[in-house]
Amino acid sequence: MFTSISLDMIRAVLPEIGLAILALLVLAFDLAWRGKGKRGLGWLTAGGLVVIFLLTLFFSRPGEASVQVWGGMLRHDWLSFSFTLLFIFGAAVTSLFAMDMKPLGQKGEFYALMLVSTIGMSLMASSADLIMLFLAIETTSIPLYILAGFYKQDNKSTEAGYKYFLFGAMTSAVMLYGFSLIYGFTGTTDIYAITEMVVTGDVALPLAIGTLILVMVGFGFKISVVPFHFWAPDVYEGAPTPVAGFLSTASKAAGFAVLMRVLLTVYADPEVIPYWVIVVAALSVFSMTLGNALALPQKNIKRLLAYSSIAHAGYALIGVAALSELGIASVVFYLVVYVVTNLAAFGVVAAFWRISGSDQISDYAALSRRSPKLALIMLVTFLSLAGMPPLGGFVAKFFVFAAAVNAGLVWLAIIGVLNAIVGLYYYLVVLKVVYLFRSEEEDKPIPLTRPYAMALTILVAGIILLGTLFGPWAEWSTRAAAALF
Amino acid sequence: MPFPILSAIIFTPIITGLLILLIPGERKTEIRVTALAASFIALALSTWVYFSYNTDIGGYQFMEKYDWFPQLGISYFVGVDGMSTPLMVLTGIVMFTGVLISWGIDDRPREFFAFLFILASGVFGVFAALDLFGLIFFYEIAVFPMYLLIAIWGWKVTREYAAMKLTLYLFIGSVIALVGILAMYFSSDLGTFNMLELENANFSPEFQKFWFPFVFFGFAVLGGIFPFHNWSPDGHVAAPTAVSMFHAGVLMKLGAFAALRVGIMLLPEGARFHLPWIIILTLVNVVYGAFIAMVQSDFKYVIGFSSVSHMGLVLMGFATLNGDGMLGAGVQMFSHGIMTALFFAVVGVIYDRAHTREIPKLGGFARLMPLVAVAFVVGGLVSMGMPGFSGFVAEFPIFMGLWRYQPWIAIVASISIVITASYIIRVIGRVFFGKMPEEFVGHFGDATVLDKVALVLLSAILIVVGVYPTVMVTMVESGVENIMRLLGGA
Repeated sequence: MFTSISLDMIRAVLPEIGLAILALLVLAFDLAWRGKGKRGLGWLTAGGLVVIFLLTLFFSRPGEASVQVWGGMLRHDWLSFSFTLLFIFGAAVTSLFAMDMKPLGQKGEFYALMLVSTIGMSLMASSADLIMLFLAIETTSIPLYILAGFYKQDNKSTEAGYKYFLFGAMTSAVMLYGFSLIYGFTGTTDIYAITEMVVTGDVALPLAIGTLILVMVGFGFKISVVPFHFWAPDVYEGAPTPVAGFLSTASKAAGFAVLMRVLLTVYADPEVIPYWVIVVAALSVFSMTLGNALALPQKNIKRLLAYSSIAHAGYALIGVAALSELGIASVVFYLVVYVVTNLAAFGVVAAFWRISGSDQISDYAALSRRSPKLALIMLVTFLSLAGMPPLGGFVAKFFVFAAAVNAGLVWLAIIGVLNAIVGLYYYLVVLKVVYLFRSEEEDKPIPLTRPYAMALTILVAGIILLGTLFGPWAEWSTRAAAALF
Repeated sequence: MPFPILSAIIFTPIITGLLILLIPGERKTEIRVTALAASFIALALSTWVYFSYNTDIGGYQFMEKYDWFPQLGISYFVGVDGMSTPLMVLTGIVMFTGVLISWGIDDRPREFFAFLFILASGVFGVFAALDLFGLIFFYEIAVFPMYLLIAIWGWKVTREYAAMKLTLYLFIGSVIALVGILAMYFSSDLGTFNMLELENANFSPEFQKFWFPFVFFGFAVLGGIFPFHNWSPDGHVAAPTAVSMFHAGVLMKLGAFAALRVGIMLLPEGARFHLPWIIILTLVNVVYGAFIAMVQSDFKYVIGFSSVSHMGLVLMGFATLNGDGMLGAGVQMFSHGIMTALFFAVVGVIYDRAHTREIPKLGGFARLMPLVAVAFVVGGLVSMGMPGFSGFVAEFPIFMGLWRYQPWIAIVASISIVITASYIIRVIGRVFFGKMPEEFVGHFGDATVLDKVALVLLSAILIVVGVYPTVMVTMVESGVENIMRLLGGA
């Protein structure tokens, strides 16, 4: 079967093409530049990503109707478009954070691997075929395994990489088995063709539920929900901080994009829906509760953020369980806010580590005296994570809970708000250390280098913008959600 | 388009707060002057609103409405009525005097004023909000900075504990109320958070009975309702002076006000069903709060528990659901706000000098700082409900309303007046008169000029409202009219 390449097809993969070229460019310049010049790789990556972001924004905009291109492998719609932009943004910020981390930011491999992983994510968000989907997930994951273990001399980093790899490989295998069963029952790998078959009732209920559970293992790992979360704290703790930030934001958002697309297509059978709603609601409750409860005793800021990110996956799943356009829109909005906020959180951690060499919460004492700016950024970030207005986190939580109440899941909303209180507590404990406690090192300032200052300023502005003038963003999310219905 | 005066009031503090953060931390005087100027603008504008509000027309005035997220019916919609206008002025006054009183703060004043002003914007926003989303949005803005203000600048002994307790209590309250608000939004089928439209939503009685407690208690936690009042005295005591003033003077009104706006006004059937037992809780507030205040030996705890007692009267006035009770409660919110701000200012002035608040260890301050003593006596008289002071204007209608509702409750509640008199007089006697302990003599002088300005302003307002009640009563009456209309007349 030969199809000529049309403009639509190019437009659909424009960001991927751009990312691939950029990755090669980075590798080429890595050979050309020596010594101190290597830091320029960070600027090159970030700048290139900005260009790709703008190109995607203007030229890769999908039309009103979704189109399936490249022989049905990819679907070009508002959902994939929005998530692709989000991933590119996340990658750009991550490369800024990494620039001044030694030796991470001095290596071309780091940037190249991160860009390849971003290609995988953007393909994940647009895959319309099970095989394509699996390939995209692997393209995302394999570079991330390497990145997590990037510090070869550091035992914790090696452990992180290895652990992430083992968990990832295992869950991928289970998920792939689920995919193969779906193919066996339906005879096709095209997700949208499968939808038509299941809706007409060609697949027996127990089989559908069986594959659902297998597939959810893989997705659960990607979005790190309980009980597939065990890797997260160790990996976040061991991995280089910018990588941990990238893992917890872009990679998680990609997992959500896939999860929503597959659940609303492959499992769109009205008979199956109630089952997965229960599964998703249960995952959400366990993730929120366990994530928040386990965050309470943490002494290491990265582990705390790991558990908090598990809890946040739980909040976002509330919107999925609500199963409505409002629900999905609220998830998309939640993820946008979460990505921006959590990137800022990891950025602060990275900036602090660069000077102090520590990730212990107790070492953050008197941060507000050592660097009032960094402390203020941390305040904004953590309050947004806790869901306080006028910051993005508040609006995001509001929409998610609204979706739950609208869907009649009042109990889920109440569990959610109670969890938000637990969350507020441990975020406040960190802020208390930052603002209240004194330390012997409080006259040692923590300077911010330019990439950090730039990235953090953009992120903080984003957090505030998402919390006050949220109209356009929420509308955008609604549009992305509509692509699935 | 007329000048958006309410928006100007709401956003002046927060914008100033952000600007202050840009001033280098060492330039403390500059920071203070900026803060003072901004608070003066807010006060002037809110006073202007107060005097140009037309009580003959009543209803909501100075309305401004902009789309925020029209798909969900969220708009930025503000306006004030006879109930909220006095509270806007109250906030302006407390903010202005609070800045005067906090002039001496030397540890990171930049952050202090910035957080205080963010809080003030939240407070203004809640009082003016006519959209439920906006209300909860501003409400949480008002709750949060409290944590930092208390934890960083508070009394070293209890600040961490008190700040966390307060924040968690209030946050739990607000999220519970949030769930109730969402339920109202979705079951109304109007697709709007606009409160004026939701007033006519005709929720079914079952719905109202089920959800009223969520909304009412969610907000009333901040109003200090028994048995959820526990955070409040601890919070008052641990907070630095200006924050105590804000906290007891304005923030607790925020809770009562939101409970009225969202709970009673939007769910009147639910209110009628539940308030008969809730009024017993408020009675506990009033009487028990007064008794606890009587046995405190810490000056600030006395005031803290007296707030619990007086806020009980506010909620009790609401719970009578009749015009007199509402009127009294409306005036009481204003009067108590000013009075308690005055009290905490006095406590602050004394503590800054004596470094103790143990009543038995104090004495003889009247000779040293006569003006402060006079101010405290004025506040005390207001607190006892003495005619000629604003407290009387407020409490008398509340008791009238109570009597109309259920005479025995009025009788039991009136015990509190006697108890209040006893602890206030005791404090006046011990702290201001009597003999000054040896170790204090000659160690410190009179209050600063700025402190005096603040105290005189506060006392003057209490007297003006007491002597010339019309200045406030007509205003609140027009607000009460609107509420009674929703309750189906009474």
